[in-house]
Amino acid sequence: MSELVNLTINGNKYTAEKGSMVLQVARDHGIKIPTLCNHEAIEPFGACRLCIVEATRENRTRIVTSCLYPVEEGLVVQTDSPRIIRNRKMLLDLLLARCSENKVIKELAAEYGVDKPSFREEYWEKHDCIVCGLCVRACEQVVGVSAISLVNRGVSKEPKPPFLEKAKACIGCGSCYYVCPTGAVKMEEKNGVRYIYNWKVEFKLKKCAKCGMYWAPEAQLEYIRKKWNLEPGFFDICPNCR
Amino acid sequence: MASKLKTAKALAALQKKLARERDAGRCRISICNGTACRPYGSNPVAEAFRAEIEKRGLADQVEFKITGCHGFCERGPIAIVEPGNVFYQRIAVSDVPEILDNTIQKKGPIERLLFKQEAGEPAVGRQNDIPFYTKQQRIVLGNNVRIDPASIEDYIAIGGYSALSIALFELQPDRIIQIVKDSGLRGRGGGGFPTGTKWETCRKAEGEIKYVIVNADEGDPGAYANEGLLTGNPHSVLEGLLIGAFAIGSHQGYIYVRNEYPLALKNITLAIEQAEALGLIGVNILGSGFDFSVRVNRGGGAFVCGESTALMASLEGKTGEPRAKYIHTVERGLWDRPSCLNNVETWANIPLIINNGAEWFSRIGAPGNSGTKIFSLTGKVNNTGLVEVPMGIKLRDIIFDIGGGIRGGKKFKAVQTGGPSGGCLPEKLLDSPVDFDSLIKAGSMMGSGGMIVMDEDNCMVDTARYFLTFLEEESCGKCVPCREGVKRMRQILTDITEGKGRESDLDLLTELSAHLKDSALCALGSSAPNPVLTTIQYFRDEYEAHIKDKKCPAGICKALIRFSIIDEKCPGCGRCVKPCPTQAITFMGKKKPVILDQSKCIKCRTCYDICKMGAVSIE
Amino acid sequence: MKDKVASIIKKYGSDSSQMVSILQDIQAEYNYLPRTALDKLSKKLDIPQSHVYSMATFFRAFSLKERGKHIVNVCQGTACHVRGADLILESLERQLGVERGQTTADRGFTLETVNCMGCCATGPVVKIDEEFFGHMTNDKVEPMLNKFKE
Repeated sequence: MSELVNLTINGNKYTAEKGSMVLQVARDHGIKIPTLCNHEAIEPFGACRLCIVEATRENRTRIVTSCLYPVEEGLVVQTDSPRIIRNRKMLLDLLLARCSENKVIKELAAEYGVDKPSFREEYWEKHDCIVCGLCVRACEQVVGVSAISLVNRGVSKEPKPPFLEKAKACIGCGSCYYVCPTGAVKMEEKNGVRYIYNWKVEFKLKKCAKCGMYWAPEAQLEYIRKKWNLEPGFFDICPNCR
Repeated sequence: MASKLKTAKALAALQKKLARERDAGRCRISICNGTACRPYGSNPVAEAFRAEIEKRGLADQVEFKITGCHGFCERGPIAIVEPGNVFYQRIAVSDVPEILDNTIQKKGPIERLLFKQEAGEPAVGRQNDIPFYTKQQRIVLGNNVRIDPASIEDYIAIGGYSALSIALFELQPDRIIQIVKDSGLRGRGGGGFPTGTKWETCRKAEGEIKYVIVNADEGDPGAYANEGLLTGNPHSVLEGLLIGAFAIGSHQGYIYVRNEYPLALKNITLAIEQAEALGLIGVNILGSGFDFSVRVNRGGGAFVCGESTALMASLEGKTGEPRAKYIHTVERGLWDRPSCLNNVETWANIPLIINNGAEWFSRIGAPGNSGTKIFSLTGKVNNTGLVEVPMGIKLRDIIFDIGGGIRGGKKFKAVQTGGPSGGCLPEKLLDSPVDFDSLIKAGSMMGSGGMIVMDEDNCMVDTARYFLTFLEEESCGKCVPCREGVKRMRQILTDITEGKGRESDLDLLTELSAHLKDSALCALGSSAPNPVLTTIQYFRDEYEAHIKDKKCPAGICKALIRFSIIDEKCPGCGRCVKPCPTQAITFMGKKKPVILDQSKCIKCRTCYDICKMGAVSIE
Repeated sequence: MKDKVASIIKKYGSDSSQMVSILQDIQAEYNYLPRTALDKLSKKLDIPQSHVYSMATFFRAFSLKERGKHIVNVCQGTACHVRGADLILESLERQLGVERGQTTADRGFTLETVNCMGCCATGPVVKIDEEFFGHMTNDKVEPMLNKFKE
């Protein structure tokens, strides 16, 4: 499917493959659009709304999330119009009110001139999680174990292990930690054990038979070994020593 | 019951037979046992009729029907007697034998049970002469009175499923779609999108498998128009769905019914079973070669599932989270297949359009807004109930002519339409026509049919706070603008109602509103600002009173009001003393005013409601 | 319990897209969603536990906690609200000694709210089990509750 279309972004003309998303096309050409809930290995979600742009088609302009908006012939896109900037600012204002002490959010908000939330201080919250869903989506789409999910609805929605107990299906791979944009997933390794506190799990790490370094959770390696039908002892040597 | 109908002729023959039996010289008593009448005790009354008729062996003289909503919910329990179109209201179990005697012996109507607007006014004997009904045009809901929703025979007897027959055997799918387009029918769920165009796009969409869906997740609090229709005439919805499916090329339908409507669920499930038994749903319907099956799904208590993509997610077994609609659901919807979702009322209009023609339908209502709309008219009006009016009728006519004006002689303040996605309109807009476009222009919208009337005792700031509280609870939580923005708006509004409002709050509310309208993922979020924006626009003075003067003019916001006893009016009867939940009132003896201890008063209004002397004031 | 859950799943053709209906049948059977039933459901339909838990916590109809013998539903729809429904709710909270969403210590009553039951003409409305009480006022609350107390 390599049908090409012509579109305009910020006044400049580009060609792109039909069906690709505006965000991807913009990034391919070095145009910056901020995102929080987007990750190249994961299906776009459209939750954070940060990637919004103005898209004009047949004289009708809409605000759309560029991560999910497919390009079309004759599309005209504005990524930083005053209306878009205003909206991004308010978005970050809202996020800062929720995550008033989170470093990532504070820096991003400051970039848009939001130094403190517009709301009363007694209502400022101190979350790290912005409910972007990346941890849950990575676990489902990339890892395939769905150990965690977004629970509840509305203001109390957040990623949690089932029944708020230790996530039994977790293999300790840490994908959730690596994709989290705000550092809300707390993972650490101590004495040969990996802890992911959010999901109440801990994993014994495998020690390399050659160099003695702890390199990955035994449970994760066992999961991969079984899935790909590898022989026992396949992971006894760490990648560095191989 | 008859066996499967294998041809259109068989259906026509059955229809003739049932119509004959129906008109066979008996008088008919229809008692409303709809959901809205149940709190009035309609169930025992219906039971009493049934038992009495059986006991006295009157089945050959009286055709007795337990029906769905008659519309005039305020006056329930209701019975309508034919011949004569006699309307009996507020019936008690003890009235039943007299009504039966009176009807069989063809005596004049029982005067004390007839409608009177106020006590002492002349009675109106015929339903169609009652002011509540005269300005209505009950082409859709009117059939409720004529049929028992648990009887497919009743529906067929009054001509039901003949539109299906016409569609299957006399029209081609493209012709049906053209008829619906020409009729001007627009979606009755609130969006007002042209139905024929939606069907056409779905028909043309790529893919063999297509779905038709009935949205019966009427979640707007205060709207039960869909409920009355689905419960009272489920077959009208099924027939419309079948015709639509045939036109679009779909063979599988879903009916998504709100969990909070158990009676509607029961009736539509039974209706499907009966239709299947007669071969009107299933394989090779009436010998046409058209196959169709339908499944009923219950909601789980989530308002957001009324949004089409969230509804489809729920049908797929997922949580009801909406998705972007850059690719329309008619192209890629349920399970990524072309899906045509329409509201209950939209589907129910289809048989009428096929039977009577597009031209007939387009002449009802107003230009660009053909047909009627069913509203649940509630709140502070005298005549509450389900009303069906031609589009374009003035708000004033609905509220004052049909609704009988404001109860208790109070003054009209606002009318709320469109549920939490709509707005509150003030007195100066009462002459606005009720149609899709005019309501949007005024800052509100049609919604699924809720129309709540408010008076001088309702606080508009409290109303805005109420809607935002509702939306905060119902938000799915996926996108930042709605999840965080609605919460912040609700916090600001609560602060204002508690006397903690600031001058800058109105600007902040307006900014947040603009942001939600631009950036929210779905219509729940993007229309959440409407109650706030309309109340600020039309009732700014109330906001300013709360913010600047720390006063609630309507006497509702607890932090800003004070209950006190008007000594001159208090006769010392002590009626208010015991019911006070915090024992804040002290009895001082007869003929001496009671004393209210402010420190214990929780402003629950119990004393105010109970006092017959008007001796409690709220300031 | 295992058999009941199995038969409910069978009734819906082991179709996981009918999850909401399956959960409702389970709740109708046990008056709430027992943990063991949900574990059984996850296993039998081969769906992740995390998904079942998401569904159970997203939809307001479901309760993961045991509920009382009598379910008190206070309508908070707009029509009931403009006629003072929140004062009725407060009155019930006072008299039952619990907040909305909670169950009394003796497990006699669970107090819940619902957004519009379709009885707007008779608002404010309270439904206890299958019985409706319309035109509610504060002084009617106690006699209404007494009907259900043992």
